[in-house]
Amino acid sequence: MHTILLDAIVGSVFENLAEEVRKLNGILVALLGIVVMAIGYRFYSKFVAEKIFRLDPNYVTPAHRFKDGVDFVPTNKFILWGHHFTSVAGAAPILGPAIAVYWGWLPALLWVVLGTVFAAGVHDFGTLVLSVRHKGQSVGTIADKLIGQRAKILFLFIILILVLMVNAVFAWVIANLFVSFPSSVFPVFIQIPIAVWIGIIVYKKQKKMLVPSLIGLVIMYGAAILASKVGFLQIDLIKYMGGENGTGLFGLSTTSTAFFIWIIILMVYVYIASTLPVWKLLQPRDFINSHQLVVGLAILYLGLLFTNPEITAPATNPGATTSWFPLLFITIACGAISGFHGLVSSGTSAKQLNNETDARFVGYLGAVGEGILALIAILAVITFFGSKSEFLGAYTSFTEANGIGLNVFVNGASQLAAGLMIPTDIAVTIVSIIVVSFAATTLDTSVRLMRYIIAELGMEYKMPVLARPHVATTVAVVSSAALVLLPHGPKGFGSGGYLLWPLFGTSNQLLAGISLLLISVWLKRLGRNYAVTLIPMIFIMFMTLYAMFQQVVFEWSWFGSQSNMLLFIFGAIIFVFAVWITLTAFHTLSKEKNEPN
Amino acid sequence: MKIKKLLEWYEEVLSMPHRQEIARELRGEDDLFLLLLYSEMLGIPNPVYFYTLELYPYILEKFHDWHLRMGMDKSPLTGIRCC
Repeated sequence: MHTILLDAIVGSVFENLAEEVRKLNGILVALLGIVVMAIGYRFYSKFVAEKIFRLDPNYVTPAHRFKDGVDFVPTNKFILWGHHFTSVAGAAPILGPAIAVYWGWLPALLWVVLGTVFAAGVHDFGTLVLSVRHKGQSVGTIADKLIGQRAKILFLFIILILVLMVNAVFAWVIANLFVSFPSSVFPVFIQIPIAVWIGIIVYKKQKKMLVPSLIGLVIMYGAAILASKVGFLQIDLIKYMGGENGTGLFGLSTTSTAFFIWIIILMVYVYIASTLPVWKLLQPRDFINSHQLVVGLAILYLGLLFTNPEITAPATNPGATTSWFPLLFITIACGAISGFHGLVSSGTSAKQLNNETDARFVGYLGAVGEGILALIAILAVITFFGSKSEFLGAYTSFTEANGIGLNVFVNGASQLAAGLMIPTDIAVTIVSIIVVSFAATTLDTSVRLMRYIIAELGMEYKMPVLARPHVATTVAVVSSAALVLLPHGPKGFGSGGYLLWPLFGTSNQLLAGISLLLISVWLKRLGRNYAVTLIPMIFIMFMTLYAMFQQVVFEWSWFGSQSNMLLFIFGAIIFVFAVWITLTAFHTLSKEKNEPN
Repeated sequence: MKIKKLLEWYEEVLSMPHRQEIARELRGEDDLFLLLLYSEMLGIPNPVYFYTLELYPYILEKFHDWHLRMGMDKSPLTGIRCC
């Protein structure tokens, strides 16, 4: 009841204002978002850096203290920022906003912008500082020290759930794009031999990588143009089996079979990719993908500048059957706040920070970079439709939004690219390649990460067999494949991976919650004001708990509206973890004595 | 000039993880080499152990980091002054 009231209030207050903005255009909205984030960086992060974290330019950072030329290397802040940003930006800040515009563009925009300023920025910046002040260790190890052994195990389990969700969701993302945009298959697969070639050139022959990786990018986009124009290069599995009504394998429909085949191929690929040495495939792929991040952002923002499209989606969607509160806050995770960033900040970037005062630039601005990516994802979707009714016709329900969000983004982004004179069919292929590449990088990394966590848990619980690379990888790949194939989507078997999206968002937020808790505990120990991290933490944990409770009990349980055992079980596990973390948080914080610095 | 600087920055951003990977692999090989040289302390007989000690002065500086990385807080060689 109260959420309906809240909707009404938000609707009436903002609708008029939003109507005025909408009439103006997309550029204005983008500008507005960027300006707010810039102000956040200029003033809020400065306040946090000086008054709360009290960054000390004379502090000897781990990069200097443990300098070994390998892990601990003092690095220029611009370079470190670039590295940090390319590590955290991926497909998630695109997918989340593309779904969340279901509630209209205003809630999504506000959450992305304010979330970046007050939650993500502080979180990424804070984990970096926390790690720098703890010998550059990762958040998990710091949890062990600040809270205790149990916290570390809890942390490992949350990360395990997170990477499992990431694997399933991103495998679905790629399979879905391959099925929806068959022209993207050929260029994506051509990237693999190119990456191996770049690896050999750069690693074995000690050549510079900029030129080979740019050549790789050109070959890939050349293949994209070719595949968009030449029919037989479009690997359309559904067409091969005789169209939508043809006969698939094992009595499945052709769409189900196509999803099934792609998911199996992907899983075989990630198995190989995550057991090979990183320089052979993963790193050179990353080089190409970093270019794609730059190309993607440039195409979208320039396209926005040239086309200056009108926003056709409504500011708020009063007809939404699922309330935005609190689901919005777990639908957009990356782009507003993401626990995954804490894993990159601590442990990786923290070991390379040249001066402690650089942390603000690297951490906070890294989050702003991701916010800017999420912002353009929102704009691509809300300017795509011809009219408001078209938009409402596509985004009919929240579940529907989960399913179509990504495809709408690809089409919307291509429409923006058309402003740069790129023909739509080629733009669609290139945009879907970019998204597939981002998703594939995330998938590779997270399968590898999952393998390490399984090994670590295996050692923790005296099951050394799990520490073997091939055993751990098999467990990781098989469980991920099972998870992505289990939920039933409207297109049948294998097409329901997107149903896991809320679970991905939740586990990501939980991770962010623990990191914020750790920073708060640390700040409290130092006798500082820890409200800047405690408030976003309480906010995130409240939204996560509320959303999970609502979903688990009223949607997924056996008496819920969309009864689904699989989602119910996972949702319940995550809910229990969330409760556990919240209790631990309050226990730890109340136990801490407030000692003056 | 500006563009050249930008390109240099970009190249550096790209090559950072790669450079680290090479360094890590090299360090791994060096560690293995040292471990082979001083296999005696793991109980594996090494016929040239006596001669390998001659290398000690050259590796003294790195020795401390090495035994820390190998998971030994204190120097495993009693005859060698490290920590």
